[in-house]
Amino acid sequence: MTAIASARRRRRAVDRLAAAAIIAAGIGVIVPLLAILLFLLVKGLPALHVDLFTRITTGAPDGGIKNSIVGSAVLLALALVMGLPPAIATGIYLAEYGRGRLGFLIRFLVDVLAGVPSITIGLFVYTAVVLNMGKVQAITHSDQKFTAFAGGVALALIMLPIVSRVTEEMLLLVPQMTREASFALGVPKWRTILTVVLPAASSGVLTGVVLASARVAGEAAPLLFTTLGNNFYSISVFRPIDALPLRIYTYATGPFQYQHDQAWAASFILVMLVLLLSVSARLILQRRLR
Amino acid sequence: MQLTDTRARADLQRSGRLLGRFDRRELLFRALVTAVALSVLLLVLAMIYELTRQAWPAISKFGLRFLWSTEWNPPKERFGALPFIAGTLITSLLALVFGTVVGLGAALFLVEFAPPWVRVPVSYMVELLAAIPSVVYGLWGVFVLGPWIQHTAGPFVLDYFSWLPFVKGPPLGVGIFAAVLILTIMILPTIVAISRDVIAAVPRSQREGILALGATRWEMIRIAVLPYARSGVLGAAILGLARAIGETLAVALVIGNSTNVPDSIFSPAYTMASVIANQFREVENDMHRAALIYVGLLLLIITLIINAFARLLVWRVTKGQITTVIE
Repeated sequence: MTAIASARRRRRAVDRLAAAAIIAAGIGVIVPLLAILLFLLVKGLPALHVDLFTRITTGAPDGGIKNSIVGSAVLLALALVMGLPPAIATGIYLAEYGRGRLGFLIRFLVDVLAGVPSITIGLFVYTAVVLNMGKVQAITHSDQKFTAFAGGVALALIMLPIVSRVTEEMLLLVPQMTREASFALGVPKWRTILTVVLPAASSGVLTGVVLASARVAGEAAPLLFTTLGNNFYSISVFRPIDALPLRIYTYATGPFQYQHDQAWAASFILVMLVLLLSVSARLILQRRLR
Repeated sequence: MQLTDTRARADLQRSGRLLGRFDRRELLFRALVTAVALSVLLLVLAMIYELTRQAWPAISKFGLRFLWSTEWNPPKERFGALPFIAGTLITSLLALVFGTVVGLGAALFLVEFAPPWVRVPVSYMVELLAAIPSVVYGLWGVFVLGPWIQHTAGPFVLDYFSWLPFVKGPPLGVGIFAAVLILTIMILPTIVAISRDVIAAVPRSQREGILALGATRWEMIRIAVLPYARSGVLGAAILGLARAIGETLAVALVIGNSTNVPDSIFSPAYTMASVIANQFREVENDMHRAALIYVGLLLLIITLIINAFARLLVWRVTKGQITTVIE
């Protein structure tokens, strides 16, 4: 009897210990987020200033990061223009046509592509685009090798797998009956997809697009060797351009206090932007699922 | 039999003719989206091809010796990637161990312990952790985590764990230790999200069966839940590993930049990704550039293999329904 009783005590003690460890892990995972957000508030908020938004980088404490903010917007727009059409087309293929072995292979490769490090994407775009800019000088009218265009290509490549897979999943959520109703009216499949299925899934696809935008807005690694960064204001597609994450990286490694302060302020702006995008993506999705 | 067959065929032919007008456009649309999807295949091949081509001077000169040579000497054009491969393996594997232990615990907490009013916000906060840009982690690592390691965590670890191998030397604030902590935090969302989904997918009957036999909650987890979720959690861990290996700027900012093979958890080092980020813009000669692209090619191949393996594992468990696309 006592043997059983002591075994039961031991089992109960182990159970309590395990529960404590698991609960500690559950609380532990939110500590880093709170710590990062806290320091962004403490260090970033006081460094925020109107001049940051209206002045360009001057190499002195009175400079701003207008060129970086505008550059990030230009890069994001380029990435969307170049990335969305192929990503959505791939998503349509995977959801509507990719049933066979080829579909499996492509779905698999899209997932694998999502795991390729962004620095490798940057290297690839450097070799494939930046090194070849000389050959298209006649079209671009620019002698620059490092361009906003190359950065846009890199970001589009990062977007591609995310948006493709979300598009696929959202198209598959549209009930088969919707398609059949359209077929019954004699609408061919391609037109059914474009005018019935895709609109029905549009808010879901939009969620994916917003999430992918949030992801690439924070990427600096693929821009290091493609857009290079720029201390001056530029919105030209075929010139080097600055971006918020690039500016943060440059300033975090810089020697001056004002650079560190502006890096915190830029991080605050960037994180607010990214969190805003993530939260709105979630709200769009919730409205759809409800 | 014969009659219906020919009639059916005639019907088909007629409807085919009727739809012929649409058919061509249908074929065109189908060909278009298929071609775009196939370009993904071409893209992966193009990456391998382009990087191999640009790295060729280094590949032909150093061959596979590149993998275990420790000398990285740009002026003398002698290159070996072992310090970076070692740096990548050490930081990623340590982060994987810590990340899996904490991440799995957090996933169990979310599925088995937390009431909904805790589960929803905590899940959400873990996902937000994934949304924070790498470079912001790096900035935080340099100015918050680094000093903390230098003054608090480092001395503590040295006081209590210096009997362990590789625990020695001054805690500088930047180095392997800081990189491991940052990477652990960064791979947590991946591990938590996927583990949570595979644990939630364990059938209820499995849990109820063992509870009915008088098991405690921990015994239920150990006997009924974890074995069932094992390969899914393994997949989650490997996806986390792939993320850690490819992580660039956060690591580049905190790892301390040294081309020596690290001999302590506080040593400054380099990972494959961070050496590219740091040196590629200021290469000293063409061979230096080729060598860095060679490192990039190795990185690409390693992550392709690891990702392929992890995807197959996770797919097998969730039957193709990947719930986490965003990492």
